[in-house]
Amino acid sequence: MADTGTLSFKVSPVSPLAPDGRYLARKFYGRFMAGMITVAALVGVSVLWLILGYVIVRGAPAINLDFFTQRPLPYGEVGGGIAPSITGTLLILVVAAVIGVPVGLGCGIYLAEYGRGTIVEVIRFCSDLVAGLPSIVVGVFVWALLVRQVVGNFSGLAGAVSLSIIMIPIIVRTVEAVLLLVPYTLREAALALGVPKWRMVISVVLPSARAGIITGLVLSVARAGGETAPLLLTTLGNQFFSWNLLEPVGAIPIQLYNYAVAPYPDWHTKAWGAAFVLISVIGILSTLARVATRGNNR
Amino acid sequence: MTMSEQVPGTNRATQVVDDRNTTSTETASGHWMQVTDVAAYYGDRMAISGVSMTIKPRAATAIIGPSGCGKSTFIRCLNRMHEVGLGVNRVTGSVLLDGHDIYGRSVDPVQVRRYIGMVFQRPNPFPSMSIYDNVVAGIKLTRSPSRTELDETVERCLNQAALWDEVKDKLKASGSSLSGGQQQRLCIARSLAMQPHVLLMDEPCSALDPIATFKIETLINELKRQYTIVIVTHNMQQASRVADETAFFLAGEERIGKLVEFGPTNQLFTNPTDSRTEAYITGRFG
Repeated sequence: MADTGTLSFKVSPVSPLAPDGRYLARKFYGRFMAGMITVAALVGVSVLWLILGYVIVRGAPAINLDFFTQRPLPYGEVGGGIAPSITGTLLILVVAAVIGVPVGLGCGIYLAEYGRGTIVEVIRFCSDLVAGLPSIVVGVFVWALLVRQVVGNFSGLAGAVSLSIIMIPIIVRTVEAVLLLVPYTLREAALALGVPKWRMVISVVLPSARAGIITGLVLSVARAGGETAPLLLTTLGNQFFSWNLLEPVGAIPIQLYNYAVAPYPDWHTKAWGAAFVLISVIGILSTLARVATRGNNR
Repeated sequence: MTMSEQVPGTNRATQVVDDRNTTSTETASGHWMQVTDVAAYYGDRMAISGVSMTIKPRAATAIIGPSGCGKSTFIRCLNRMHEVGLGVNRVTGSVLLDGHDIYGRSVDPVQVRRYIGMVFQRPNPFPSMSIYDNVVAGIKLTRSPSRTELDETVERCLNQAALWDEVKDKLKASGSSLSGGQQQRLCIARSLAMQPHVLLMDEPCSALDPIATFKIETLINELKRQYTIVIVTHNMQQASRVADETAFFLAGEERIGKLVEFGPTNQLFTNPTDSRTEAYITGRFG
């Protein structure tokens, strides 16, 4: 046996570490709260899966190749699809993005990089107000302006304009938020090299925030893609293929709505099918954006 | 007051440009700066006042002093970085580069910074760019260089920054994949790529370990044969290791930084003329 030394320490009779009643109560309370939070998380997620599952179950019978390639048929005829609505939705979304992305991006960049003082607050406030507008109000406005006045009839263009109005505030706020996340030291580094500010914004700040910006853009497209009310008032919908932006154009949400309010069970199934397609289109867009930004983030 | 003020304003910026083409760093006697009665403000608050000094060509000038004495504010006045940022920041007095006022009325601050580069406290390579692109970022973002020029610049500057051997096989890797010390040398290479007349360094080693610090100090001693260097440091040993001249800043009760003493580093550390300098370097305050 090795000599452990001459000093010996007494073991205290009462452990200071013994659990007391308050500790047990606290432990129980902690477990209870953790459980509640877990339940909340499960409920939140399960809503998504319930909706998705139900849409798939109800819509699956409607899904076949024709559904994606054929135009809708009158009631009574078997088959047909919602192809004009799919192409119409894509067309309207592209045009809406062409209008909304430059404006939203520019506005977000202005807020984050250039704006100073009161004007920033004013723009932010207005942007939030637009974001809070009920989409049907946007629809009525565009209807009064474009459908009744400038173009003179229901048109894809009017639909795209109303969707871009819905997209812009979403883009503005996400772009501003992600640009403000870019460390100030990177801006300093660029400026200290003698790089002009506009060049710094384009070549240093924007690429650093690329992933966040793309996420914001996709989010806005996804949000706009599901809008129905403004489209009902502006594009009207179309059973036939149409690429003419000055004429009514089909859109998935409108087709879904028309099928859903009809009294025929066959059309109800088609409505579920259309819902499934709408979710898929948005899901595919989001996935593409995720893939595109992966790996370049850092 | 300065020679440059007799020259029509529009010529002033171009004169500085011409300088670089006619005087290669190999043959010229180097670039100097003259600071006269400089004061800097953050909004209404005066941060430094009455600073005058001459920054010698091809030498390292250290700025030392306790926290809050205005060292960083001062060095940021030397390339007009002080006015960047939030709020209305002002500078009064004159700062001459080779005799030309960098605060002259028609002088573009962006232009000034191409001649007076800066390395910051924390290494800040651009995370969205490769090592290669980081080095030539300044060139690429200010003009359209040829591929050969880019390749040459990358090799030259990484060599000058003593980083070439460590990264030559992974130039396409992200700048943020390097260690802290390597990142800081990458940032130095990035500044050198602009062929600056003067290189400002704001506590370049404060975020680095002793070994990385030693490498940067060796590098500064190498670079000052070619470049005029101003370095802010809170480390007095560092000042004595790298600097030919040292300036001691101190803020008084009113929190306005002032230049207390300026002179050859040896003299300032061994035989300071001001009692406050002596108190600081012997560790009695600050």
